[in-house]
Amino acid sequence: MSKKYTTPFVAAVAGGAVLALAAVCAQPVSAGTVEVAAMTEMKDPLTKQPGDAAKGKGIFSNRKLGNCLACHALEAMKEQPFHGEVGPPLDGVGSNYSVAELRLRVVDPKALNPDTIMPAFYRAEGLNRVLKKFDGKSILDAQQVEDLLAYLATLKE
Amino acid sequence: MGSTISRYALFGLALAMTAGVAANAVADEKKNWGAYQVEDRRSGYTYAAPETQAMQDDNFQNPGMLWAEIGEELWNKVDGKAGKSCASCHNDPESMKGVAVSYPKYVAEKKNLENLEQRINRCRTDNMKAKEWKYESKELLGMTVFVRHQSLGMPVNVKVDGEAAPYFEKGKAFYNERRGQLDMACKHCHEDFPGMRLRANVLSEGQGNGFPVYRLKWNGVGSLHRRFRGCNKQVRSTPYGYGSDEYLALELYVMWRGRGLPVETPAVRN
Ligand code: HEC
Ligand code: HEC
Repeated sequence: MSKKYTTPFVAAVAGGAVLALAAVCAQPVSAGTVEVAAMTEMKDPLTKQPGDAAKGKGIFSNRKLGNCLACHALEAMKEQPFHGEVGPPLDGVGSNYSVAELRLRVVDPKALNPDTIMPAFYRAEGLNRVLKKFDGKSILDAQQVEDLLAYLATLKE
Repeated sequence: MGSTISRYALFGLALAMTAGVAANAVADEKKNWGAYQVEDRRSGYTYAAPETQAMQDDNFQNPGMLWAEIGEELWNKVDGKAGKSCASCHNDPESMKGVAVSYPKYVAEKKNLENLEQRINRCRTDNMKAKEWKYESKELLGMTVFVRHQSLGMPVNVKVDGEAAPYFEKGKAFYNERRGQLDMACKHCHEDFPGMRLRANVLSEGQGNGFPVYRLKWNGVGSLHRRFRGCNKQVRSTPYGYGSDEYLALELYVMWRGRGLPVETPAVRN
């Protein structure tokens, strides 16, 4: 279903205190008339402990954690009701993207599309009027991101 | 609202997905929604499930009409030190026909916007010498529903120029500003993805023309500001207060987005 991003668009990568540093930014390339720095992947894992795909699967569907099904459909989870249509289906993302590419997409999708609806799952700063109970926290912690990525990597076509 | 499609095309994203979205949107747009659609703007009614629409269509089934009845009773009820009721000044409730469509509006003596809830309360304090009703009380919801219901089917028509202009700009900025831990703005859901499923909910354009609405989820009627608070909390953002300046400005912008859509109060939504 899903395809790789073919155009290295965007990313005068704003904010994203936790993340920008670790990301791999290639040489500036020209997209149309604007000079942009293409950032397509994030190579370094966020933790030493490798991700656990079984845990990642739970994080994916848990409404209080990834809640990825809110926006994305996934054949592999068809036993769960109500998959979202806001984002592309995620079947086969493990074939279409490397883990490094997926990491950037989960950690900060705005690096690729500044106007995206998809939340940055590993970002704790530079946010606006966050409810007290979540203030200063990212949606997922570093290990949860790595667990989730291990699960996404199993979604082969 | 075709913006989704063009945006995706722009980014050259997954083509298969774009095609899917486009197909849905086109099928949707072909439907004739009558008065519930004005140009590219569609009432939440058009996104609601058929059972929900049926419930709204039939006054005897519409549970929101219970609130209209509360309002109707209060209309004639004398309250406050001045010994008056609404009817003492306004006679028949029909005198309220057409009133609701222009709220919220700028009020010079307050040097601020005022919504219908606040207008009703101003009549209570200034003209009746009665106590304000609390936001979301059955009295204030009931009277707001009752007064808006007198304009049923009339097009929303708020003024956004002149004195109202700065409030409109403020509301627009609010609408487009990301907030909360999930870092989303109103526009991300209601402009970019109406008609799309977000887990179990179908997103609508977030129009205000049916408010106060009977929400199945609330098991009761609630104001537009209650809805704003709910949407804010959903993205894990601290909500603003009922009747706050922020929500008044937002209310103006939201009503303008739905300009021309019919007053549906009390609409039924899930
Ligand atoms: C509120 C909506 C929303 C949520 C929640 C969400 N996404 Fe997304 N996602 C999107 C949208 C929309 C896109 C399309 C690209 C864009 O807008 O940046 C996308 C794109 C993606 C992509 C790229 C897919 C492709 O084929 O190009 C991946 C991978 C992804 N999301 C993973 C996830 C994961 C994993 C989660 C949960 C941890 C998640 N998303 C939660 C909306 C969401
Ligand atoms: C003592 C007189 C008096 C009483 C009692 C009174 N009002 Fe009013 N009301 C006015 C006046 C004067 C205005 C301003 C002129 C106008 O717009 O009709 C007004 C305006 C309004 C408006 C705005 C009309 C518009 O065109 O914007 C609404 C709505 C309204 N009243 C509702 C109520 C309700 C509901 C009650 C009872 C809870 C009430 N009023 C009680 C005198 C009164």
